[in-house]
Amino acid sequence: MTDIVPEKKNTYTINLGPQHPAAHGVLRLILEMDGEVIERADPHIGLLHRGTEKLIENKTYLQAIPYFDRLDYVGTMNQEHAFALAVEKLLKIEAPLRAQYIRVLFAELGRLLNHVLSITTGVLDIGGITPALWGFEERERMMEFYERVCGARLHANYFRPGGVHQDLPDGLLEDMAKFVENFKHFVDDTETLLTENRIFKQRMVDIGIVTKEEALDWSFSGPMLRASGVAWDLRKAQPYDVYDQMDFDVPVGKTGDCYARYLVRMEEMRQSCRIMEQAIEKMPEGLVLTDDHKISPPRRAEMKNSMEAMIHHFKLYTEGYHVPAGETYSVVEAPKGEFGVYLVSDGTNKPYRCHIRAPGFAHLQGLDFMSRGHMLADVVAIIGSLDIVFGEIDR
Amino acid sequence: MTEETANQGKNNADNQATGKLAVLADYIASVYGKVLIKQEIALGELSFTVRRDALHDLINFLKTNDKCACQQLVNISGADYPDRAERFDVVYNLLSLTHNHRVRVIVMVGEDETVDSVTDLYSGAGWYEREVWDLYGVPFKNHPDMRRILTDYGFEGHPLRKDFPLTGFVELRYDEEKQRIVQEPVELTQDYRNFDFISPWEGMTTVQLPGDEKAVKQKVGVK
Repeated sequence: MTDIVPEKKNTYTINLGPQHPAAHGVLRLILEMDGEVIERADPHIGLLHRGTEKLIENKTYLQAIPYFDRLDYVGTMNQEHAFALAVEKLLKIEAPLRAQYIRVLFAELGRLLNHVLSITTGVLDIGGITPALWGFEERERMMEFYERVCGARLHANYFRPGGVHQDLPDGLLEDMAKFVENFKHFVDDTETLLTENRIFKQRMVDIGIVTKEEALDWSFSGPMLRASGVAWDLRKAQPYDVYDQMDFDVPVGKTGDCYARYLVRMEEMRQSCRIMEQAIEKMPEGLVLTDDHKISPPRRAEMKNSMEAMIHHFKLYTEGYHVPAGETYSVVEAPKGEFGVYLVSDGTNKPYRCHIRAPGFAHLQGLDFMSRGHMLADVVAIIGSLDIVFGEIDR
Repeated sequence: MTEETANQGKNNADNQATGKLAVLADYIASVYGKVLIKQEIALGELSFTVRRDALHDLINFLKTNDKCACQQLVNISGADYPDRAERFDVVYNLLSLTHNHRVRVIVMVGEDETVDSVTDLYSGAGWYEREVWDLYGVPFKNHPDMRRILTDYGFEGHPLRKDFPLTGFVELRYDEEKQRIVQEPVELTQDYRNFDFISPWEGMTTVQLPGDEKAVKQKVGVK
């Protein structure tokens, strides 16, 4: 037997990021390359680590909500939703029906916000500029709705344990209905640019294939899981708020490549439009925040006349409310996947522990196995299709 | 549909789900009863506290057994209870897509003890275990790549421990003279304000005033 001398590989290491436009934020990627082929990808994360979980432990439950806007800062209300549900579960309360409809409406608007950004910037990375220009115009319109309902374009702080902060302003629902109608045309138009585009398909098809087994094994969720052929959507499987009243379909991909993920996101936008239309149509009248003033602050007008309302207001904005001891893991189907909050309460006015399960964290971990054997330029396409935002990954 | 009937429907669904979980809990307890420290269904969620040496076995069982079929490890998180002898909790959240249930497995760890890594069962555990190591300092045995993940290069300490101050120990700034980033001990211009909302009125603890719930507030920090 002759000794087999392993061929000496001439690999080298390159550093991508942390300030690279295609890295979608502050991703530092150490790539081990053989020529132009990736041997190993080692993402270094944490450059945007702000200690959100530690900060939340030191704030009251109400003060914790704005931190959730700053996780995935693309579709912000969806994160607040998970936290609001977790606190409601521990408090054993439920939001009024109108609040639940409003939350579903705005959670789906958040999904549109997210997918528009994710798809168009993904395309931008591989050379298509037009969708980004179109998409950001739509995003601006959507953020106007955010602004009208809560006063802020991005960091909403709108979903509260027990409902939502304010009722919808007059005329908002009509305008949203008009917007949804127009938005469908935007989706169609974008598809004419991309779906059958030869250059686009050459960059996306068969790139970064994830099998069903791999997707499950690597804790993938959301569109990343569905694109690999797993029909799983928390809005269907474990419905929260009024999603069980909504009629919508869950798109499932076949191939698990970047192109399938693009197609799934496209179809999800259409389904979100459907849900929004139903939510607008069925929007019931009533309270938008639970009227238990041990949890929700009284309305300002009430405070002017009622001493008790004044006291409630003061207590809620200084001490906050106490949450019964217990622990829960509450999830929502955020645009990027399963967003969960593992909340431990010890009976005080501050969370004892608040772990945030961000979908992008698991997806970015999969970058290594997805990009092996691909070319450097494909890594960019894969990162684009992962839909990562560093606010939620680094926390 | 009125609000009441909608809620009723939800309650029924909740009860059914809890019943299903109870069956599952009994089944798991019948196999692993000896190594379970605690078993609980609270707020419609099933959780087990398991002995540290049996953790890997149990998770393997939950993954491979047909009745459990937890195909996915959703996340791993830590928690710190400094008053306990084994101060850390490592919490595994598992999800079964076929049966649509979640199982939470908790293992308690002392300061200088290790936990068996589950990266051989779920590849996705890799970063989650690195995160627990980084933030709590719980090391995992047989983990292929036990590095810090979220904190800065060269960071010292484990920031999510309860004895780690919120402000940290060092602060960074760019030094114009040295032309580089320097680390210095934290200097606060104002003390960190931590208001104590927990103590009831001094001296009034034995008197129950009408409407004063604070006097019967439950003890804090006990789990």
